[in-house]
Amino acid sequence: MNGPSLLAAARAQAVRDLRLVWRRRGDAAQPLLFALMVVALFPLALGADPQQLARIAPGVLWVAVLLSGLLTLDALYRSDVEDGSLEQMLLAPVPLAWLIAVRVGVHWLTTALPLVLATPLLAQLLYLPAELLPVLMVSLLLGTPLLSLVGAVVAALTVGIRRSGMLLALLALPLFLPVLVFGAGSVMAAAQGLSSWVGALLLMGAGLALALVLAPLAAAAAVRIALS
Amino acid sequence: MTDSPSAPPPLLQARGLCFSRNDEPVFGPLDFQLGPGEALLVLGGNGAGKTTLLRVLAGLLPASEGEVALQGRPVDRDHLARGSAYLGHLPGHKADLGALENLAYSHALQGGNPGADLAATLASVGLAGYEDSPARRLSAGQNKRLALARLRLQPAPLWLLDEPYANLDLGGIALVNRLIQDHLAQGGAALLTTHGAYAAPPVPVRTLALGPARGRA
Repeated sequence: MNGPSLLAAARAQAVRDLRLVWRRRGDAAQPLLFALMVVALFPLALGADPQQLARIAPGVLWVAVLLSGLLTLDALYRSDVEDGSLEQMLLAPVPLAWLIAVRVGVHWLTTALPLVLATPLLAQLLYLPAELLPVLMVSLLLGTPLLSLVGAVVAALTVGIRRSGMLLALLALPLFLPVLVFGAGSVMAAAQGLSSWVGALLLMGAGLALALVLAPLAAAAAVRIALS
Repeated sequence: MTDSPSAPPPLLQARGLCFSRNDEPVFGPLDFQLGPGEALLVLGGNGAGKTTLLRVLAGLLPASEGEVALQGRPVDRDHLARGSAYLGHLPGHKADLGALENLAYSHALQGGNPGADLAATLASVGLAGYEDSPARRLSAGQNKRLALARLRLQPAPLWLLDEPYANLDLGGIALVNRLIQDHLAQGGAALLTTHGAYAAPPVPVRTLALGPARGRA
């Protein structure tokens, strides 16, 4: 029996997932609104001292992005488990890891990329110096896909558990920490004029390359176990 | 069951198939086989393990013991999954998508014949005029019909149907029977579960009784 080509399956999966996001575009704006809220609250709580805000801006922006990513993780497989779509994906003559990779890709495109694109605006709210913006953008472009991929593995592990939101957050946070440390750290280092920010970004790039290959495989194995 | 030595290998053969959950036997050991053009009706009360058996055969659950062969070759879980089409209790499609969109997705994923006329398939299961209706607006029976349309397009020779008659009206029951009949006529095979004798395919069917202790073919 000949299966469909990987490309055809990927296209079908991407079209389906994008359509689903479009049908619920109100929900899709949630991560962006959440991050905006977090960022907007800091100047209100700390006072509008530009220097103080500029100092904490990289960390605040990174934390906002990370937390809003965490919020969306549960939705990655939840509805597919509940309506049996995940079963059918498992039974398809295409590797499950491939379908999950596409699924995570669309998830990143629709939840994290809008946030990254809105970052210049959010950075303005916190008086982030303009010369640091490129570093922040690059660190987010490398870091958010890494968060999505790692999160996909953790979410897959909790697929079989009902109301796993809290557990998911507890499991994912420690794995997100290194990304946060290197991501925010690279911008901080650049702010202090240290050259080590390049190293931090390179390390994140290496992590992303590794996760791109391994995370879908691990997530597929975890889904298989969780559905048994 | 006896086979002449020259006969082609059966489509599906299970030997000593067992499944236990937390060391508690759910069914088995079961020995049975299914040739092209045959349907096997799995009988058993609630909790006898009918769904579990089908999920094991679909490759969704690992068997505790025993082995399954497809077309004479012992296969692992992945290959089981690829050789069979599974219709479970869950709809298996998205409530937010239209009937045709759902069908196009599963058709592409299963690698069905690219020239297939999806709208005609929908019409053949009685969903003409519902092409663009989101599945959430369809009734339970219509959702089942949409799942049947998906099944019809799958090229897999082995159909595993878990309660295919549930939620269907009389016309729907006749539809399931007609689909099974067509599938068997094309050399496919089907394994189906049902609680009662209220609906059964009009084709020569063998039965497999699942009891609490052990079942026989």
